[in-house]
Amino acid sequence: MRSAQAAVRMCGITKTFGSVVANDKIDLEIYRGEILAMLGENGSGKTTLMNMLSGIYYPDGGHILVDGREVSIRSPKDAYDLGIGMIHQHFKLVDVLTAAENIILGMDGKIRLDLKSVGEKIRSICGMYGFEVDPEQKVYDMSVSQKQTVEIVKVLYRGADILILDEPTAVLTPQETEKLFAVMRNMRDDGKAIVIITHKLHEVEEISDRVVVLRRGQYAGGMATKDTNAAEMTNMMVGRAVSLNIERPEPIDPKPRVIVEGLTVRDADGVTKLSDVSFTAYSGEILGVAGISGCGQKELLESIAGLQPSESGSIIYIDPKTGEEIQLLGKDPREILSMGVMLSFVPEDRLGMGLVGSMDLTDNMMLRSFRHGKSIFTDRKTPRSLAERVVNDLAVITPSLSTPVRKLSGGNVQKVLVGREISSSPTVLMTAYAVRGLDINSSYTIYDLINRQKQNGVAVIFVGEDLDVLLEYCDRILVLCGGKVSGIVPGRGADKNQVGMMMTKLGGEK
Amino acid sequence: MAQILSLLQAAIVFGTVILFGSVGEILTEKSGNLNLGVPGIMYLGGIAGLAGSFMYETAAEVPVPWVGMVIALACALAASLLAGLIYSFLTITLRANQNVTGLTLTIFGGGVANFFGGALNNMAGGVGQISVAATSSAYRATLPFLSSIDVFSALGFMVYLAIILAFLVSWFLNKSRKGLNLRAVGENPATADAAGINVTKYKYFATCIGAAITGLGGLYYVMDYIKGTWAIDGGIEKLGWLAVALVIFARWKPKHAIWGSYLFGVLFWLFFYIPGLTRSSQELFKMLPYLVTIVVLIIVSMRRKRENRPPESLGLPYFREDR
Repeated sequence: MRSAQAAVRMCGITKTFGSVVANDKIDLEIYRGEILAMLGENGSGKTTLMNMLSGIYYPDGGHILVDGREVSIRSPKDAYDLGIGMIHQHFKLVDVLTAAENIILGMDGKIRLDLKSVGEKIRSICGMYGFEVDPEQKVYDMSVSQKQTVEIVKVLYRGADILILDEPTAVLTPQETEKLFAVMRNMRDDGKAIVIITHKLHEVEEISDRVVVLRRGQYAGGMATKDTNAAEMTNMMVGRAVSLNIERPEPIDPKPRVIVEGLTVRDADGVTKLSDVSFTAYSGEILGVAGISGCGQKELLESIAGLQPSESGSIIYIDPKTGEEIQLLGKDPREILSMGVMLSFVPEDRLGMGLVGSMDLTDNMMLRSFRHGKSIFTDRKTPRSLAERVVNDLAVITPSLSTPVRKLSGGNVQKVLVGREISSSPTVLMTAYAVRGLDINSSYTIYDLINRQKQNGVAVIFVGEDLDVLLEYCDRILVLCGGKVSGIVPGRGADKNQVGMMMTKLGGEK
Repeated sequence: MAQILSLLQAAIVFGTVILFGSVGEILTEKSGNLNLGVPGIMYLGGIAGLAGSFMYETAAEVPVPWVGMVIALACALAASLLAGLIYSFLTITLRANQNVTGLTLTIFGGGVANFFGGALNNMAGGVGQISVAATSSAYRATLPFLSSIDVFSALGFMVYLAIILAFLVSWFLNKSRKGLNLRAVGENPATADAAGINVTKYKYFATCIGAAITGLGGLYYVMDYIKGTWAIDGGIEKLGWLAVALVIFARWKPKHAIWGSYLFGVLFWLFFYIPGLTRSSQELFKMLPYLVTIVVLIIVSMRRKRENRPPESLGLPYFREDR
């Protein structure tokens, strides 16, 4: 079935962003008449590698051969000219234009637009592979899956025979996924080369002929899909457990602090983000949340913090002083604070939601305290002394207290944010990706800070992306998979591969 | 009857000024550039055309009207194109704030034009009022085959030029390949970029050509509306802002700008034909065009039709995010 010569051969591809090596000397071959699955955790470099084929990035090292000829791909247009088309996770469509207009956007041709003949050609492509597209439909009237179809037709219309789909099923319902897989098989049987980027094992097993696994920017292995199994692929994805020597004190007198039951959350488009999530967070304990990104971590934290409307379920907070049970759902963040329920929230996007980049340290401290006080003038002394304390205690490196925080490095920004949140002596501390982008020393500082909170009896919910850290740091680990609880395992003695399986498959069974 | 006819004529002359401004601004805004320099560009177009024809008429012994006309046209186009280029360079290349740049351009245009207008008045000597009679007569000449019909008996060729330009821009935006690309740039430049469209080039061209069309409004104002003279009374600026309002009224559709501009003209001049108005109530009537713009805005936002909204990335600078 597959062609003898590789349609694309990537040799020793290296790409770095600053000091981060996103791709490290990766070799890859793509054949016509074959569906290749690119498997890997988030940040393993799958998309980066494919972006170099589609002209978004240019490799720092290595070379690319298309049909045995060395090529240089510097723009999406170059890629199209070589017959390479990529369907990105974020659709590149203009809402107020029709499907047909979007499909021919930017293409050369006669001055006058002949949308009729464009429409006919679109229909013939649709007929060939089994797509359903109405050329005259406006994009803003389309569902997510229809938009995706338009993207695929757009690529085919431009004559691409090497198609790259970046996590195409992330936004689809199971039925829509089935439909997509059907057209992918049709395209393969028509002799097109297809690459699907994914981190879902069952999809790899279902659709692909061959699988390539990347881990931390490196090639971790590749084989025919029929010769492998889920356990082997998971092992390749997560790798061996690494010892990090993070301190993990025993929890002192754990008592239930937050009880979440049957929590279901849908986003604005009606897509279910969390489905029937139940767990209990205890005081004096760090509850880790593991999962592939986008599996509902953000929604979970935001629901507890009162930032996310939920469909059903309950979130009960137990007051440590009175033992009173308080329902948090339906309350806005301010109410949650004024009720004496302290939730300190360190959002994923540090500068977006946590801090105001153009304001200085003192002003950022004030974001939490400006409502206090009786005078019409704000109190600037307390936040300034707090800023001083944070800078001294956490060894924040900053020219002065009046430096805008966006000028600080990532680690220092994170310290400021965490420092502010814990200064309000919370009873529940939620952090998401607290050490993302930090160097090792800063990471350990953050771990220590959170540990100190834990020993003070704070219930910590720690969303992380590095399994090794979660395994060594957390007392218990809640594993999310596609918005559902895949399982809760004790942090001590947990098996990395087992957790990895739970992340990719509900319940972790084979 | 005669009154209605004269109101219509006044409305068309008035409307033509803002129609040029509007059509040019629609083209500009379709590229995502909100150019609030419309009044300034009109000022520059007007003063450049006036100065060019004045130089010609004082140099030539017997000025030929059509030569003066061509010179004025070329000068106006060049000046307003240059204004568009300044705006483009600041907002597209240097990514300066579009609102600030546009407003500055308005202030700049008004200052430059009135400075040179005053200078020209001094140079003209005599009564201290410049006049380019020959050139202005070319602008005000009626089309030969239409002069017998009452309504058209006092309309110069630029009235028709404005309508033709409106239709041309409308065709370009909706029926041509480049027009589609331009709309995509104004809606979603990142998508256009990914589709291989040169966003910067499209923005530059649309903004500069749009400015050139806008500048013609100033030229028409000087040559026809005030008959080849210069008045330091801020008249152009008033009309310039009305042109910006008309863009919204027409919902970024050049064809709607045609009748919209005449409607604005009728509303603006209505006070003249209603007997017994005091000076202050006249001013209230002059407010009507803005009032209908607000009404249109309210209706449009209530109907929530996507096609009636401004280009999505209007006013936002674009730069490819490089990591």
